[in-house]
Amino acid sequence: MGDHSDGIPAGSDAVAKAGLNEVEKFQDPGLPPHRLRLADTDPRAAKRAERQVAILFGVSVVGTLLFFFGYFFIRLDDTIATLRLQNMLLGLGTAFAMLGIGTGIVHWARALMPDHEVSEERHELRSEADREAAVKIVDDIVEETGIKRRPLIRNTLLGAVALAPFPAIVMFRDLGPLPANALKHTMWDKGIRLVRDPTGTPIKASDVTLGSAFHVIPDGLNDLHEGKLEEKAKAVVLLMRLDPSQLNPSKGREDWSYNGIVAYSKICTHVGCPVALYEQQTHHLLCPCHQSTFDLTQECKVIFGPANRPLPQLPISIDSEGYLVAQSDFHEPVGPSFWERG
Amino acid sequence: MSTAAETPYKPVTTTGRITDFVDQRVGGSGILREFGRKVFPDHWSFMFGEVALYSFVILLLSGTFLTFFYDPSMAESVYNGSYVPLKGVDMSVAMNSTLNISFDIRGGLFMRQVHHWSALLFTASIAVHMLRVFFTGAFRKPRELNWVVGGVLLILSLADGFTGYSLPDDLLSGNGLRIIQGVITSIPVIGTYISFFLFGGEFPGTAIIGRLYVLHILLVPAMILLMIAIHLFMVVVHKHTQYPGPGRNDRNVVGYPLGPVYAAKAGGFFFIIFGVIAAMAALFTINPIWNYGPYDPSPISAGTQPDWYIGWVDGALRLMPGWLLGLPLEWNIPLPWGVNTLSLNVLIPALVPAGIVFTVLFAYPWIERWVTKDDREHHVLDRPRNAPTRTAIGMAGFTFYCVLWAAASSDLIATHFHVSLNDVIYWLRALIFIGPIVAFVVTKRIALALQRKDREIALHGRETGRIVRLPHGEYQEVHAQVDDYKRFKLVGYESPVPSAGVPNRNGIVTKAEKRRALLSRFFFEDRVAPATPGELHAAHDHGHEQIEESEKAKEVAH
Repeated sequence: MGDHSDGIPAGSDAVAKAGLNEVEKFQDPGLPPHRLRLADTDPRAAKRAERQVAILFGVSVVGTLLFFFGYFFIRLDDTIATLRLQNMLLGLGTAFAMLGIGTGIVHWARALMPDHEVSEERHELRSEADREAAVKIVDDIVEETGIKRRPLIRNTLLGAVALAPFPAIVMFRDLGPLPANALKHTMWDKGIRLVRDPTGTPIKASDVTLGSAFHVIPDGLNDLHEGKLEEKAKAVVLLMRLDPSQLNPSKGREDWSYNGIVAYSKICTHVGCPVALYEQQTHHLLCPCHQSTFDLTQECKVIFGPANRPLPQLPISIDSEGYLVAQSDFHEPVGPSFWERG
Repeated sequence: MSTAAETPYKPVTTTGRITDFVDQRVGGSGILREFGRKVFPDHWSFMFGEVALYSFVILLLSGTFLTFFYDPSMAESVYNGSYVPLKGVDMSVAMNSTLNISFDIRGGLFMRQVHHWSALLFTASIAVHMLRVFFTGAFRKPRELNWVVGGVLLILSLADGFTGYSLPDDLLSGNGLRIIQGVITSIPVIGTYISFFLFGGEFPGTAIIGRLYVLHILLVPAMILLMIAIHLFMVVVHKHTQYPGPGRNDRNVVGYPLGPVYAAKAGGFFFIIFGVIAAMAALFTINPIWNYGPYDPSPISAGTQPDWYIGWVDGALRLMPGWLLGLPLEWNIPLPWGVNTLSLNVLIPALVPAGIVFTVLFAYPWIERWVTKDDREHHVLDRPRNAPTRTAIGMAGFTFYCVLWAAASSDLIATHFHVSLNDVIYWLRALIFIGPIVAFVVTKRIALALQRKDREIALHGRETGRIVRLPHGEYQEVHAQVDDYKRFKLVGYESPVPSAGVPNRNGIVTKAEKRRALLSRFFFEDRVAPATPGELHAAHDHGHEQIEESEKAKEVAH
């Protein structure tokens, strides 16, 4: 390390010289001499540049006309093709209209306007005299208000000003209701049929073949007039059938499945995307947003990715007609974690 | 007083009379006298800020057009417009009106695409502009506060981008909102309440689009406008920085006068930016919401991506494991009133990377100021190679950002290159720590190497590619000396040395001062000093000797 303290590997000619002084610095040679452009010396080149600028402005005119053509003469006929054509004509028309003006002006400035670089002095941002004068003014103002001599005024003002903004914050209270228990319950309840999303047709247990998967909503969701999306955002379920020997139910969950058919919340326990990808071969569920992976054979335990908790399981059975129904609501809140989840 | 002064000025033409009328009431002559010929330095890298400003103007223009047709309501409706595949589909009024803008308002799709493309360009150009300012040291005194204003503008641009992204209420943006809601609920104590207040109840509710709309078209743009005004005002006060070179120093400003050259170039550039955005909107589809469909909490498509500027936060969410070495990152904490849940697997990636990036970004001018103890005004920029440690720090930060950004496309990387998705994530998890360190070391070495090359050229000239054979058989490449102007650009920089800790008044080197000295060593330990006239002289003599020797050798040979 010691060898590096002066900067450079030993033996290099670039070793820093300590105590470098002004004398050993190169003197600023000043602005380099101005070099004339072709258009400055050759009138024909100047004329040519002039024509080029005019042509560019002409391109702009053509662009604007192209826009009008696209706007008035392309008939939209409910197909994407005409929409694309019109969009392209309007866009390219505008592009030429703007680029013509822009490149024309810039070319004009570069080729024909004077290109002498000039030097200007910078001004002091704050002079000492200004500072002193300002301090004096502030002192005088403070003195004239008498705020230092009258602490009663100062303190009551501070108190009033500190308190006054609070109503503005309190006013926002009615932006929304308090959470209460909303996040802890879903529409599911004992006996509610599992129906297909989005058609709402019930599912017979015998329809669920080995290896298949169904996107499921609770029966009655589609009939809701208010809060349909809010309920759906909590209640969507994935239904899959595995060989019963592959399920390894923990104690107390042995009868939550029916004949190898299991139902799990579709809402990711990470930040709430729908866990929509079912890998049939591996029995993994994958969230397409952040790639959390859940293993169906281990009660949807997280085996990869940012989620922490398994997907909640919906206990199911069948009703007298053989349709799949819920045994109850989920036994834990679905979706992302929240402070009051517990 | 002379008689000439008493005779009032009488304009001749109508235009003159109108101008004079206004001038006498607003004092325009004085303003023009002050600013009409104000000098602006010219460099291609100064254009990024202009790009940002102009894309904001285009955002205002196209956005205003869109507001005339867009309806920010989440009321249910049935689509009945021109796009056949979605006919009869239930969707919110917001989505419905966005589809109508796209399919039934002539030029509506074009304006939507212009608006979206310029939003992407706005955030991108602010980011690149800030990189330029950082790497050239333009944030140094007296411009620290303007750097902070720029950082605030960056955050505001992200905020305006995201609020606008959600307005069509399509499937993709709805899932984006869902992710935001999931992140918000992970905030300890108040998270659930914030979520309920923001969405007016449970997600998605019927309030959020209207609220985001007000933020998007009123509150955030107003703040952006205010910040831009402050930003530009300070640019005028400080005058623009300039790159180092002959004739340029901290006391002057060299460039083109505002009128006509600079005004023409800058004004023309606005039209060029507009034209480029229009061409992008004409040729490249962006956000085809008709392919996504209306928001529904159940469906989702694989391989979805947020807009580019949100990517790094999404990437952080993807990289964070839910379990670390078999330990859960979500804790259920038993408290006197019950059990509460702390979801670190969401909270850490949502807050920590952005927290680090923005803290360092805002604090950096003061960090460097403290380390260097440099209180001088700087108006001449550093070439990035001449501040190796700063450049290396910048590249380390940039690499950190890029790894997070790449992580937002982890699934696409996996499917595109046929590699395992899990491996992509494992690699990126490692890279987030290793990448910045490697970038730091490599960048610093490259910067030092470039400085040495500059020295070499300043002292020995540039390689001409002409090889000569000396009489004794040695081959040499002839170097051409650079002229004084070019040489001054190569040698006209400062290369500070590490400064040791200075004792305070009581003769004690405080802990803070020791830390500063340590950082100073970290910054300036490896340095390449600019070449001096003495060295140039020595180099020349060396060269002459050689030639003279070879002349002698020639004579001997004869």
